[in-house]
Amino acid sequence: MKFLEEKIFKVIMICAAMIILFVLVYIIGTVFYRGFHSLTLDMITKLPGGGFYLGKEGGVLNAIVGSLYIILGALAISILLSVPLVMFINFYLPAKSIFASLIRFSLDILFGIPSIVYGAFGFAIMVYLGIRASLLGGILTVAMLIMPIMMRSFDEITRLLSRDLPDALLSLGATKYEMTKVILRQLMPGLVTAILLAVGRGIGDAATVLFTAGYTDNIPASLNQPAATLPLSIFFQLGSPVEEVQNRAYASAIILTVIILILSFSARYISSKFSKNKL
Amino acid sequence: MISQNHQHADDITNSFPGMNEAIILRKLIVNQSIRVENLDVYIEEQHILKDINMTIPEKSITCIIGPSGCGKSTFLKTLNRMHDETPEVKITGKVFVDDENIYGPGVNVIDTRKKMGLLAQRPCPLPMSIYENVAYGPRIHGIKRRKAINQTVIQYLQYVGLWDEVRERVHTSATRLSIGQQQRLCLARGLAIEPEYILGDEATSALDPLSTKKIEELFVKLKEKYTIILVTHTLRQAKRIADYIIFMYLGKIIEEGPTESFFSNPKKQLTRDYLSGSFS
Ligand SMILES: Nc1ncnc2c1ncn2[C@@H]1O[C@H](COP(=O)(O)OP(=O)(O)OP(=O)(O)O)[C@@H](O)[C@H]1O
Ligand SMILES: [Mg+2]
Repeated sequence: MKFLEEKIFKVIMICAAMIILFVLVYIIGTVFYRGFHSLTLDMITKLPGGGFYLGKEGGVLNAIVGSLYIILGALAISILLSVPLVMFINFYLPAKSIFASLIRFSLDILFGIPSIVYGAFGFAIMVYLGIRASLLGGILTVAMLIMPIMMRSFDEITRLLSRDLPDALLSLGATKYEMTKVILRQLMPGLVTAILLAVGRGIGDAATVLFTAGYTDNIPASLNQPAATLPLSIFFQLGSPVEEVQNRAYASAIILTVIILILSFSARYISSKFSKNKL
Repeated sequence: MISQNHQHADDITNSFPGMNEAIILRKLIVNQSIRVENLDVYIEEQHILKDINMTIPEKSITCIIGPSGCGKSTFLKTLNRMHDETPEVKITGKVFVDDENIYGPGVNVIDTRKKMGLLAQRPCPLPMSIYENVAYGPRIHGIKRRKAINQTVIQYLQYVGLWDEVRERVHTSATRLSIGQQQRLCLARGLAIEPEYILGDEATSALDPLSTKKIEELFVKLKEKYTIILVTHTLRQAKRIADYIIFMYLGKIIEEGPTESFFSNPKKQLTRDYLSGSFS
């Protein structure tokens, strides 16, 4: 009986792994198969020319730059708020604080809200303030979208930290603030993981930026100009009746994937540099 | 067996109302440095330390012995106010360090912790290099000069017998050290803040006999300058280095006294049982 259970469980585990692998390979395969031939140098170095969406020449540089601006801006804001918040609820509030549970609970709810709601919410506020769809609007809305996941995942990792390190620091006569600085070094890999999860959610999302960042064929020169993004660019290209343009949509998807990969590797690299020695 | 002993412990303390006489006598003879009065500690409604009264003589080694879970670590933490960080711990009573009640109003916790160098039971290197681990304490307490820090680091690493082992890699991560090396590093780190008291919670538990001997010699040397309280599970270690012994059981002090008479002539049945190894 026990033997049978073990067998069944093993089969389930292997099936699960196979399904995930299959889906992954299928998606990446399709994207590469359809997009690879359209992935030219022009795609990443040129702005869309007139009639780009009908098959004329050009590239998606506008969307690449726009997406990078928005995600980096949103990351900067979220990191600046997430780190203090997580340090506060973990090390400044007592272990069983009701206030901390309330914050965690709110973050869980915020995390579950669909991105289109953030988009609509951001848009409503912008209308109220009289701001047009712009880079700034996109950055703020995406920041709202990714903040809950960044805070919550960083918090989970922080909670796993044993009490030994904070206790050791306090025993040496460190203040809470000095203690927090050392703990952050220990938590750097965890912070990077949280950031990457946030990037994953933020960079591929179309619904938040649809109304708030708008769309343009140019690169925004200031925060109050509209900005294009890769997800929307993909969406518009897929909507074209021309097959060549649809293939370019897949090429854009490859570009998006590569951007995420580059961000991942550089984040890991920076964190490993950071967590070495010196204070 | 355990509950029986518990009963036993109560009986014994009740039947010796005059057991504080020894303490009073000692107060007259030696300079007191730590004095604990009517200390009770509760953790989540559990009574962990029960009416602790004691005097720790200065510039000597006091060993606290007792079975696992009797409250030795909890007691050491009350001496440097580490329990402040856990609100579920309730403390009543007084702890005088150099005649100042550290639980009194207006006491600076940071200063108290710096003064009472607590070495935790589990060594925990900071996420930085070996060198920076030792330099950290002096740095946060305001020492800036490179030369001074350099000297401090080398001196304390030599003290704990780690310098020769790590001199080639003092700038590599401390987490890669073995547990025994980490324990000595934490000792060096704790000494480097130059506390006035050393509270060691099984400071040699992960060491081989030779390093243990070195650390014991270090403690004996250090008692010229410091007042030292050590928790240990090794009775022989207590015998070797302690001047005074305190035996705790289930949150109470059962018996205390100078090492010699404590071991040669224990007064309580419970102490005799513990020393003969009938329970641990
Ligand atoms: N944070 C806590 N929450 C609940 N109970 C605790 C806590 N800390 C300690 N205790 C309890 O207090 C008692 C004393 O623990 P303590 O760590 O002081 O024992 P100890 O004498 O140091 O034992 P050991 O020799 O195993 O280190 C134990 O029963 C333990 O379960
Ligand atoms: Mg202990």
